[in-house]
Amino acid sequence: MAEMLEVSGLTKRFGGLVAVNHVSFSVREKEILSVIGPNGAGKSTLFKLISSFLKPTTGEVRLKGERISGLAPHIAARKGVVRTFQETTIFKNMSVRDNVIIAHHLRSKASLFGFFLGTGAANADEAAFGQSADEILALLGLSSLAHETARNLPHGHLRALGIAIGLATNPSILLLDEPFAGMNHEETMRAVTMVRAVRDRGVTVLLVEHDMPAVMAISDRIVVLNFGQKIAEGTPAEIRDNPAVIAAYLGVDDEDAS
Amino acid sequence: MTLNRNARIAAVVAFLAIVFVVVPAAISSSGRFDLYYTLTSVALLSIASAGVWLTFYIGRINIGQGAYALMGGYVSAILVMNHGWSFWLTLPVAGLFCAAASVLIALPILRLRGVYFAMVTLVLTEVARLLALALPITNGAKGIVSIPLPGALSIFGITLIPDFATLQNSRLAFYLLAVTLMVVCFAVMYRLVNSRIGKLCQSLQQNEELASSIGVNIAYLRVIAYAVSSFFGGVSGAIFAAISQSIYPSSFTVTDSVNFMLNCFLGGLGYVFGPMLGTLVLYFGWDLLFQTGQFQLLIYSGLMIVLMLVLPNGILSLAEMTRKKG
Repeated sequence: MAEMLEVSGLTKRFGGLVAVNHVSFSVREKEILSVIGPNGAGKSTLFKLISSFLKPTTGEVRLKGERISGLAPHIAARKGVVRTFQETTIFKNMSVRDNVIIAHHLRSKASLFGFFLGTGAANADEAAFGQSADEILALLGLSSLAHETARNLPHGHLRALGIAIGLATNPSILLLDEPFAGMNHEETMRAVTMVRAVRDRGVTVLLVEHDMPAVMAISDRIVVLNFGQKIAEGTPAEIRDNPAVIAAYLGVDDEDAS
Repeated sequence: MTLNRNARIAAVVAFLAIVFVVVPAAISSSGRFDLYYTLTSVALLSIASAGVWLTFYIGRINIGQGAYALMGGYVSAILVMNHGWSFWLTLPVAGLFCAAASVLIALPILRLRGVYFAMVTLVLTEVARLLALALPITNGAKGIVSIPLPGALSIFGITLIPDFATLQNSRLAFYLLAVTLMVVCFAVMYRLVNSRIGKLCQSLQQNEELASSIGVNIAYLRVIAYAVSSFFGGVSGAIFAAISQSIYPSSFTVTDSVNFMLNCFLGGLGYVFGPMLGTLVLYFGWDLLFQTGQFQLLIYSGLMIVLMLVLPNGILSLAEMTRKKG
């Protein structure tokens, strides 16, 4: 499988604190790769670095060989790296369907002025976006809620809407920020199915997550961070038996760990 | 807007009939020609307020529209007086000048949000006033006076608009000019808001971070919206200068900037026609309270506070509430 995303030597310093320290790994096309690690391991910082919401101190991120680190977030999104948010970040006063339609913005062929005038291209875009939005809503089980105002959605559906918004941008790689946080077992399993459905549409998925059972169930490969450094990488089975990972999660005396 | 197509067309026709036929007819039969001036002011102020509303629509509190109205007034006045331009040419030029200036101002300040942006724009009006006082070209506190009335506008020898100075009733002419521009302005606004651009603006208002993550160039869109807003401010200021045939540094002050914002609040930030209704109610409300003399400001402010508490979404939200109940 070809490599979709390459992270090499990525480092981020905040003053004296090294949040992410020389992390390298790559994500293959159409795989689900999870980044896990204890609290404060640098997962969120790494996530923001990859999605271009932060600029790295050193190192770089490449998408299909093209350097994307250091670009503005909306440019990175245009190149195909799109993130979802940890909190339930949505356009809360729009309908669910409008949320997904607006997220098609990147695909529009007409210019802003074209939309103002209502040209043929603009109308064709609108029609195509509506259809695609309905498809995505169906895929994620949101069809019945399409005309609900987004802020009225229950928690689990909000997360699904976040993924729907990400999916609507037609990304090469979708970055999910803790998609299972705060969910019960049943909700998590439904969300796992959802993420698989996203991957089966041909989208590469990179997710940052706490929930170990979900990560073990869903991931093709796992990268483990601790104190900003990568301490392990491998399949779920390899990670489960890795002594360094067990030490990081369960806590071992310093001498034993090193 | 949940009205169906026919109802919408009927509403537009009725509105056009009222402003272009009914109001002039009523005024000429009642002989209250001073109302022309009042209604012209309302129309012009509502254009400037529409601009402010657009900045609200992208999630920014704009208390600086007075600066652009002042700027537009001076640009038009200076071009007419010093360079002998036709007023009709200075009108779009004043708007474009303000839009261009606003882009330069916007680039640094539109990064600010909430109260920080509001404070900077508030200061902007004061800066514009002080500049008008200090610059040699604006003639300081004496201002620019005796600006001639707009001349004739003709294209290919056909006179589209007659010379205002030769008209018996230049008040009516100004009224028609202001109202026509108001109709065009709100038609543009309506189209903006109901096209994808409106949805993009809403996405900025509701969550800039998410908007940027789905590929919206938020900085670009902010600047465009602010430039359109300032264009409206400049055009309205230019006509004000032409009507009063003068412009002073105190023609538009912080109070005006605040009023433009209040017009939007009062009409409703969620409704594109909010600034028009808000301007009308506020302008006439203030005039009506004139009889209360020294208590005018007290009653006025009290009413505004009550209105904002009772109707936080503006007067137009009343219509929506009754529709939902019914």
